Amino acid sequence: MCTVRWQACLCVCAYGQHLAGNHIKADSNHREGRSCVRYKCSLMNTVLDVLHQRPGWVEVKEDGEWDFNWCDVGWLRENFDHSYMEEHVRICHFRNHYELTRKNLMVKNLKRYRKTVEREAGRLEAVKCDFFPLTFVLPSEYHLFVEDFKRSPGSTWIMKPVARSQGKGIFLFRKLKDIMEWKKVKICSSNTDCTRSDEQRDEAQVESYVVQSYIENPYLIHGRKFDLRVYILVTSYLPLKAWLYRDGFARFSNTRFSLRTIDDQYVHLTNVAVQKTAPVYNPEKGCKWQMQQLRRYLTAKHGTYVVEELFKDIDNIFIRSLQSVQKVIINDKHCFELYGYDILLDQDLKPWLIEVNASPSLTASNQDDYEMKYSLIEDTLHIVDMEGRLTGKEKRVGGFDLMWNDGPVFRENAGLETLGSPFQTANTHLGGVNDRKKQLRQLLKPFPGQKKV
Amino acid sequence: MMNEGSELSVTIAQIVQRLKGTHLHSQLEKQAKECLHRPEIRLESIKEDVRKFLRATGWERKLQNAVYRELHILPPSGHPEAPLEHTKEPLAYMRKAQASWEKRILKSLNSMCTELGVPLARKRPVLEQKELTSKWNEMGADEPDLSKFRPVYAPKDFLEVLINLKNPNHDHSDGLTARSHWGLIPISLSVRDVPQLREAYPELSLSCSQLGIDDHAHVPPDLFESEHIRIGKKVVDEQDSAAAQQYSRQGSPTGLRAQLWALILNITNDPEDVAHYEQLKAAVIHHDLLVDNLIYKDVKLTASNDDYYFVFEDVLYQVLLCFSRDTAVLEHFSYNSATPPKSYIQGKTGEEEFAVVYPPNGVIPFHGFSMYVAPLCFLYNEPCKLYSVFREMYVRYFFRLHSISSSPSGIVSLCLQFERLLQIHLPQLFFHLQEIMAQPLRIAFKWMVRAFSGYLSTDQLLLLWDRILGYDSLELVAVLAAAVFAFRAENLMEVTSLASAEAVLADLSTLKVMPLLQIFLFANVI
Repeated sequence: MCTVRWQACLCVCAYGQHLAGNHIKADSNHREGRSCVRYKCSLMNTVLDVLHQRPGWVEVKEDGEWDFNWCDVGWLRENFDHSYMEEHVRICHFRNHYELTRKNLMVKNLKRYRKTVEREAGRLEAVKCDFFPLTFVLPSEYHLFVEDFKRSPGSTWIMKPVARSQGKGIFLFRKLKDIMEWKKVKICSSNTDCTRSDEQRDEAQVESYVVQSYIENPYLIHGRKFDLRVYILVTSYLPLKAWLYRDGFARFSNTRFSLRTIDDQYVHLTNVAVQKTAPVYNPEKGCKWQMQQLRRYLTAKHGTYVVEELFKDIDNIFIRSLQSVQKVIINDKHCFELYGYDILLDQDLKPWLIEVNASPSLTASNQDDYEMKYSLIEDTLHIVDMEGRLTGKEKRVGGFDLMWNDGPVFRENAGLETLGSPFQTANTHLGGVNDRKKQLRQLLKPFPGQKKV
Repeated sequence: MMNEGSELSVTIAQIVQRLKGTHLHSQLEKQAKECLHRPEIRLESIKEDVRKFLRATGWERKLQNAVYRELHILPPSGHPEAPLEHTKEPLAYMRKAQASWEKRILKSLNSMCTELGVPLARKRPVLEQKELTSKWNEMGADEPDLSKFRPVYAPKDFLEVLINLKNPNHDHSDGLTARSHWGLIPISLSVRDVPQLREAYPELSLSCSQLGIDDHAHVPPDLFESEHIRIGKKVVDEQDSAAAQQYSRQGSPTGLRAQLWALILNITNDPEDVAHYEQLKAAVIHHDLLVDNLIYKDVKLTASNDDYYFVFEDVLYQVLLCFSRDTAVLEHFSYNSATPPKSYIQGKTGEEEFAVVYPPNGVIPFHGFSMYVAPLCFLYNEPCKLYSVFREMYVRYFFRLHSISSSPSGIVSLCLQFERLLQIHLPQLFFHLQEIMAQPLRIAFKWMVRAFSGYLSTDQLLLLWDRILGYDSLELVAVLAAAVFAFRAENLMEVTSLASAEAVLADLSTLKVMPLLQIFLFANVI
């Protein structure tokens, strides 16, 4: 009797659940490297360039067998469940990534996670989860929203469609009557079938929205609002292994921030796609600052200590948001995913999570942007390591720093001196110097078949 | 001749005169009066005790800083009989050249004025004033039609003037020599060579640590950076101008730079300064000046197109429009070889009593002028403080970059020094570039006129300006220009035209300033 139950437990435990111990650790030390990698790619931008130029990588056409697939989420939805993938095969999305990247699901997961943290670790710890603005999923939480809305009259709210990107369909409002029309059309019966997938539900009915408390005091640089785009690479959810890219950028709104004109979406939305159509957009100019520039600017204004604390708070957002979906995302060793996180700072230098993108734009707006994205993708491929050149113990690969490896990763190497020391610093360098070429030269063996330079 | 002792007392008298009636003076008096109530002030030793009190409460330090500032902008001392023009620029041919250049600029400005039918100055109607007040913080949002305005001059026009300087004492009668075909600057001034520079800039030597080199990611911060930052914090706490200046020679940490520069320049942000700025703002609201359009145009053409400075567009307008109206800037003409341009009330041309200085601050902006301000926006966001810092930097340093003078920090000396350094240390390169009609100065001039603003990446530029403040001289601008050529010498030897030489030197944004300077000055074999 006991043996059967014990075996049953093991089966349940093994499938997708987090073990208390440390058995399911990092990648095996010596993966079989491949000298020839067959790839598919559904994008026609920087990604394709990187893949074309990688030694030993060959593009395969339509139905050919592939070892690597940089696919879009549409392809994933249609094909993933029907594809058999050999052990070595890699694909650039997790099956149900939308748990993190769909606004309504992210909110649900974060709220649930916060409750868990509060229950298990107390209020002080739970406060660290308060990095997303008050959000309600519509239509299901409409009544909860109205309650809160009435409690803070005069404040501004932002309505966002759950599944669209690039700023489409977003609008701001202050009065309930502004959304009355919208409500008549959009609100449907509250007893929606939860077992159907999100996509199916959407297709059948009307799209879901989230309504979020609008951050009315964003940090401005000389009157302009901006948000941060940061890149996080996750190679595994169980255990959680996540890398943070040193480069990123601050995207500026082209016009000056003012609460007077909430109709002017050009002011409030900082997506480059929206800014590109704004009347004063100058395509040559670009309205982005590199993360390094922003970090230096903030340091000059506020001092090193304040800025270091800010970046620690930003690290906290990445880690907790990933932890909140850790048990929900279907872990699969074939999958990795490069996320684009959008972070907004307010005037008190508190960072807020706006959203997470599973397919951040990898199209370049100018030469510098191209080089940055090229390096980002190249380093992603280095970490995915089809060629088997890594040992699995690396804390840094090119511009990526290992931020979380089933536990926090520190810059200092573990030893007797560092044990229990409160002075360990996180192994993150967002906005720091990115001397990736030099680091890669020292780190990587040449490609199979290539002579060492 | 005056001996040192009496020269010193003249200087002291001058400084006392300047500080009399300032806000600091009235504050000191107030403090001195109020402290009389304190128990430690005894009647028998009142002078000593008051002094001790002022020292202990930091007021003596403030006075020291103010005196130190005055020393920076002291007009050169000269013979009591000599007129001011002769004292501020002893070389007659330079004075003449500057005067004729000024005439040309003013003529150009006046003809633009007549052509376009725009008055040099006009009072704004009330409605326009109200509008401007409401959009004071977003002047960049406008897109006025500036197509008919042209910049009054660009750096290359100014270079032509410098190339045509003639020293009448220079005898050309011995015909063409190898020397006379070297370089573009046809006059001789005393400029320092590398051995002399090594002595003048010991803090840049290989054996001395500094920011820009020893704070590199691979260097453990314990070796230099942490200690340097600790000292920097102390300097800021002590509020000592002179110490801050000395400290800045090894670079200012990013988190302390704004305070350190304000300290070096003695920007106190008194209520006096704030009121002055508000007055200037009111002046902008009330009157529209022709030069305002030149400023708009310059900002739109340069800063707004820069990948990093575009964010600062609005505040650049605020600073530069106020700057044009600031008559306090006229003070610097007591040591600037230039003379402020004059304009005459309509119909009264030539009659001195109807002459006004135009623009009110005496400075006509040229193409790229806004780049003097742009890097400072990185450090200061209160418009008043930003304004004060910029104005002080202008009257101490930037004015020398666009006026003709024999000063060692003046643009003429910098050009000459640049050419000499290349000729002596990279003669092959210089000769090659000359052969292909790509005179190095033609490329480097625009960098030097702007003190490299807009050409280097911001963090590197600020490291350079740290040293300009630290050594109170623009000389390093010329040295850096030579160092850049030295760095790219290999590529430059391969080019065969001016255009390709320009292309090799088009992008300086990846350069690291301090290693370049260090190598050029201390690692080269001479």
